Amino acid sequence: MNENLKFIQGNEVCVEAALYTGLDFFAGYPITPSTEIMEHMAKRLPKIGGKFLQMEDEIASLCAIIGASLTGHKVMTATSGPGFSLMQEALGYAIVAEIPCVIVNVQRGGSSTGIPTHVGQGDVMQARWGTHGDHAIIVMTASNHQDVFAITVDAFNMAETYRTPVILLFDEVVGHMRERIFIPKKGEISLVERLRTSVKRGVDFHPYLPREDGRLPISDFGGVHRYNVTGLVHDMWGFPSDNPKIAYGLVRHLVDKIQNNTDKIARYKEYYLEDAKTILISYGSAARSALHVVENRRGRGEKLGLLELQTLWPFPHSLVQEKCADAKYVVVVEMNTGQILQSVKICVDRPERVFLANRIDGVFITPTDIRNILRLIEGKGV
Amino acid sequence: MAIKDYIRERFFPHIWCPGCGHGMVLNGLLRAIEKIGLDKNEIVMVSGIGCSARISGYVDFHTMHTIHGRALAFATGIKMSRPELKLIVPMGDGDALAIGGNHFIHAARRNMDMTAIVINNRVYGMTGGQFSPLSGYGTMSTTSPYSNIDHAFDVVELSVAAGASFVGRTTTYHAQQMADILGQAIIHKGFSVVEIMSQCPTYFGRKNRLGSAIDMLEHFKENTTPIGSKAKQKNPDLIERGIFVQKKIPEYCDEYKKIIERAVKD
Repeated sequence: MNENLKFIQGNEVCVEAALYTGLDFFAGYPITPSTEIMEHMAKRLPKIGGKFLQMEDEIASLCAIIGASLTGHKVMTATSGPGFSLMQEALGYAIVAEIPCVIVNVQRGGSSTGIPTHVGQGDVMQARWGTHGDHAIIVMTASNHQDVFAITVDAFNMAETYRTPVILLFDEVVGHMRERIFIPKKGEISLVERLRTSVKRGVDFHPYLPREDGRLPISDFGGVHRYNVTGLVHDMWGFPSDNPKIAYGLVRHLVDKIQNNTDKIARYKEYYLEDAKTILISYGSAARSALHVVENRRGRGEKLGLLELQTLWPFPHSLVQEKCADAKYVVVVEMNTGQILQSVKICVDRPERVFLANRIDGVFITPTDIRNILRLIEGKGV
Repeated sequence: MAIKDYIRERFFPHIWCPGCGHGMVLNGLLRAIEKIGLDKNEIVMVSGIGCSARISGYVDFHTMHTIHGRALAFATGIKMSRPELKLIVPMGDGDALAIGGNHFIHAARRNMDMTAIVINNRVYGMTGGQFSPLSGYGTMSTTSPYSNIDHAFDVVELSVAAGASFVGRTTTYHAQQMADILGQAIIHKGFSVVEIMSQCPTYFGRKNRLGSAIDMLEHFKENTTPIGSKAKQKNPDLIERGIFVQKKIPEYCDEYKKIIERAVKD
């Protein structure tokens, strides 16, 4: 049997993918339904000489990996809703100080402490706007284990490319479900390594002076260049500044480096979109049920298609607009009260033709739930 | 190396108020580092938020100015990933023990090799003089205008209880002792805490009618005494100065190396 063939949980797939990218530092705090990620990390990392820390809370977990990333390591932490709330402060720090890291949020049902062992997708807007102040963010997700692997590797690549935190917004179903996966061979997926400065020891190094292409070479903290890192608005040396020009330039840089690359960051899958009259738009585990409905109805000759979003933020505006241009109806399938629905409505020419098929009760959305909405739209009654 | 070679001269004069103790702490710290003979490239200073946190901007080390209360958590990640670096974490009393209290006790418990300096001026200075967890019962501040009914932590007792392997206390008046204790704390292998009682004449001093900065320094002289002194036996209200704990217990990064060895063999 192929030794790369495994039958494991999504949480474990995420760990395998992170290790594939060269991750060697993890800090976390136990929380359902993400805990298996830290358990596997605790087991796997010391074996390869990597570092694993169980911290006192999620705040400290994110702070610790930010510190480790700065010294030149690929790092990750994993949590669920309540822990993700605690991480928002340090998330903003990593954005402003431009420190690459990957934060996994395996979403549970409900808000507050919610329904820890059940599923939900209610953190989509929090992932976008949870930390205070103007910023841009990369948020990615996947619906099956092979994609969890690919998207996790992608997340590390994006974190290094754009020097930013990347959020992997998985959910309880994907995290806990066991499914077949082929672990790609070394070299099969290309990896982005950190862009390090070519400035020699003893030469003045500007840690926050982007190159012409917008990328920011780093000098491993604690190495040959001494510099300052801060969450305050800072100049190209990394020192605090309240100069309006510098403040403006920093916000623009932080937002533009991501927003201007929306097309490059967009990951998605499409099924039967060429001639689709009704398009389902979904993401994460909800997309599994959406795909089931589409394939089932295609079998009956109905023109349904699915656009599965894997990059949620920056929202792939032009992609959604283009794919939905000829659709009679667009149905957003998600397990919240319509967090991606709003973005889709902004993109399409006729927002009144955009509908929501959702569940918000901690129960996984089924093909029947989606079918019922389709029947309502088509005027057939449930 | 001269003291001035350890600082980023272009940022002086500093932002601290006239009479503030923070500059004296910076001075004592740099004297300690000079005496040990550490290279600037070996030292990482991580700070949080507040007047105390601005120290990191003035020193020519690897410096990280982080978020309120979390400096020790950032420092933990840096030290764990690069154990050969020397970590120094200056914090204010609110930074270390209010918002950062949880990180503080867990860092002490973990015994990772780093030096936490609690500059205790008993007030939130940067925000304009609110009471802190070290202000103490009966003190006045902008948020305790009718007197403070919060009781204070004893930083030394808290650190000892949390498991810190080195615990010291001194004041800004005792400049020689400050440099000496800081030096020993930095050399110590494990988590070290140094509480430095410091003066904030602008807020704590003014609100509590303690006079000028010099009066406040005199107050440290008169109200503190070396550990176990006769004066302490006569007057139990005196605050003891010196090194309370200095013990050798397994250091976290060393222990983690053993975990790696065990895991690799497994």
